[in-house]
Amino acid sequence: MTVSTATATTSDPIAPKAVRGSPVGPRSFAAEPGRVVRGIILGIVGVVFLVPIVAMIEFSLRVGQPVDGRQAYGFQHFVAVFDPVNSRAYGVLFQGIVNSIGICAITVLIVLVLLLPTMIFVELKFPGLRRALEFVCIIPITIPSIVLVVGFVPVYSVVAGIFGSHPWTLSFAVGIIVLPYAYRPIAANLRAIEVVVLSEASRSLGAGWTSVLTRVILPNLRRGILSSVFITIAVVLGEYTIASFLSQNTFQTALILVQHTDPYVAVIFALFALIFAFVLLVFIGRLGSGSPRPRRGGPRRLTRRPE
Amino acid sequence: MTNTRSSARNAARATPAVTASQAIPLAREGAAVELRNVVKDYAGHRALTGVNLSIAPGELVALLGPSGCGKTTVLRALSGLEAISDGQIRIDGADVAGLPVNRRDIGMVFQSYSLFPHMTVTQNVEFGLQMRRVDAASRRARAVDAIEMVGLGHLGGRYAHQLSGGQQQRVALARALVTRPRVLLLDEPLSALDAKVRVQLRDEIRRIQTELGITTVFVTHDQEEALAVADRVAVMRDGNIEQIGSPEQLYTQPATSFVATFVGLSNPVAAILAGATVTAYGATLPVLGTAPADGPVTAYIRPEDIALGSRGIPATVVASSFLGSLRRTQVRLADDSLLFVQHDVRERPVSGEPVFIEFAGHPVAVSEREE
Ligand SMILES: Nc1ncnc2c1ncn2[C@@H]1O[C@H](COP(=O)(O)OP(=O)(O)OP(=O)(O)O)[C@@H](O)[C@H]1O
Ligand SMILES: [Mg+2]
Repeated sequence: MTVSTATATTSDPIAPKAVRGSPVGPRSFAAEPGRVVRGIILGIVGVVFLVPIVAMIEFSLRVGQPVDGRQAYGFQHFVAVFDPVNSRAYGVLFQGIVNSIGICAITVLIVLVLLLPTMIFVELKFPGLRRALEFVCIIPITIPSIVLVVGFVPVYSVVAGIFGSHPWTLSFAVGIIVLPYAYRPIAANLRAIEVVVLSEASRSLGAGWTSVLTRVILPNLRRGILSSVFITIAVVLGEYTIASFLSQNTFQTALILVQHTDPYVAVIFALFALIFAFVLLVFIGRLGSGSPRPRRGGPRRLTRRPE
Repeated sequence: MTNTRSSARNAARATPAVTASQAIPLAREGAAVELRNVVKDYAGHRALTGVNLSIAPGELVALLGPSGCGKTTVLRALSGLEAISDGQIRIDGADVAGLPVNRRDIGMVFQSYSLFPHMTVTQNVEFGLQMRRVDAASRRARAVDAIEMVGLGHLGGRYAHQLSGGQQQRVALARALVTRPRVLLLDEPLSALDAKVRVQLRDEIRRIQTELGITTVFVTHDQEEALAVADRVAVMRDGNIEQIGSPEQLYTQPATSFVATFVGLSNPVAAILAGATVTAYGATLPVLGTAPADGPVTAYIRPEDIALGSRGIPATVVASSFLGSLRRTQVRLADDSLLFVQHDVRERPVSGEPVFIEFAGHPVAVSEREE
């Protein structure tokens, strides 16, 4: 391991040992940072993330104005959020959350039902179209949302004519915004596994197209699909411009609305959103992490030989 | 049933050579395969120009040829991965035109590693049986037997990335064979492996194939591999088969100059043809097979048909290389042409040394001189 270090200048076997774990010295350009370096990096990043969160928590717990430079704290604002008395005032927020979750779900569906099969199909049957597909999927990133919206407004007068003016129709617009982000992880994953060879191998073993897809291709694309879904959700939850300009009530627009009247509640919901995103990240990370695990005790059955 | 299986497996451990036929009991003999005038056009490019090939049940035919000659295309046409533009392919006498890949009942091993990365070795091998709806218990047993047949009995729980290249190709072979396919198609299965593993695995493929009696097509661009492994070798060139025959036939009676130079090492030599003999450098040699019209021709003389001696044609040693059991020396003749001579390792010509060469008088292949 030490030999492969590009910067190991001496052949003295003791030298690399002497600097192990040290952030400075010849090993500091090694491929992987040492434990201490990793800890420091993590610490700094953690602080950067923690400061605003702590500030938000602190802010949301404030009660009244500081008296003689002393601030009183309590859970009044948190309680107020769930107080039925206020349901009218905060109703718009809860409705926004419901709408946003609906938009998330439909956008994810668009990615999984439209983008994913298209990408697999192009990869298997029309590799020549790969560049074209990539180009189309990347375009939205080059156009600012505000410009897109200008185009969307007339389109949505038609959409509203067909589907009615429901918040979930925003998914069509968001589905386009999301394309570049959803495309990348799946494309990288597709490139990394040899889809064509794997599908040809499984077909030569007697698998029909459905089996090829469900038993061979999709399991190997799990990671790409999961990151794609996560990024999609993150983008949907972060998208404000389109919802606002198309006059739909989503979590984000509601948050801005409420912030004008009650900044505490806005911060509390922002906190909830953060926690939700965090839990989602961990959950999806769990699903997609690690080496492929044997399904239903593969190796175990091996050891128990039938006699 | 389970009893006979486990005893077969015990036998496997003692003498691996006996078991293949027991591990995968053949439901039927290998199938006859026939290609009739098979044409394959890719957009604006004819990859196969009317290939005819009959393979007897249980036979191993190697497709040999330079890169781009259409070997893979023949194999993919046979497997159904590529539709043919014209002609007919018959397996067991039946036209397979309407059969998609997954219905042709073939086994394939690919040049690149093609194991399913998310499955263990055992799961990989079981896949084909699963597709054929074999029940779990016999599936497992047959997979274990097949894995043992390729000598990897202890690795059933591993994933592809935990295996060496040679092991991966062994698993791929087990995976292709476990379903007892009618035909086994191997597309340069050894080309990604290093020399030693290549020879080992090639011999093992031959052993297993012989024991199972499975009709096999083995694609390779390595003539040594083709000669070593096949019952018959089909030499391909520019989308068609130039000659097909046993390894000995191809080597000793090449039908064309292409075959003569592609199979084994040959020295093309300018010669004059007269009837059934050619004259080159003052020596008269008998001619192999059908010869072109009398006149100037190119004769192909094998290095082992030339000897270093104390008299004969004067030459100068250019270089000499030690090849283990023999030595190959390149000499330059008076007219500047270069010849390879194969001789005993105990003779050690040095570069620049004047020597004499002699032709052994074995029949040689000739072709019209290409100028
Ligand atoms: N999908 C394709 N589209 C167009 N032309 C192709 C395609 N596949 C192969 N060809 C052409 O058909 C010819 C035969 O290709 P093939 O792959 O059968 O060669 P090969 O003998 O297997 O060569 P190699 O030893 O390099 O694998 C080549 O000229 C190749 O360029
Ligand atoms: Mg090929």
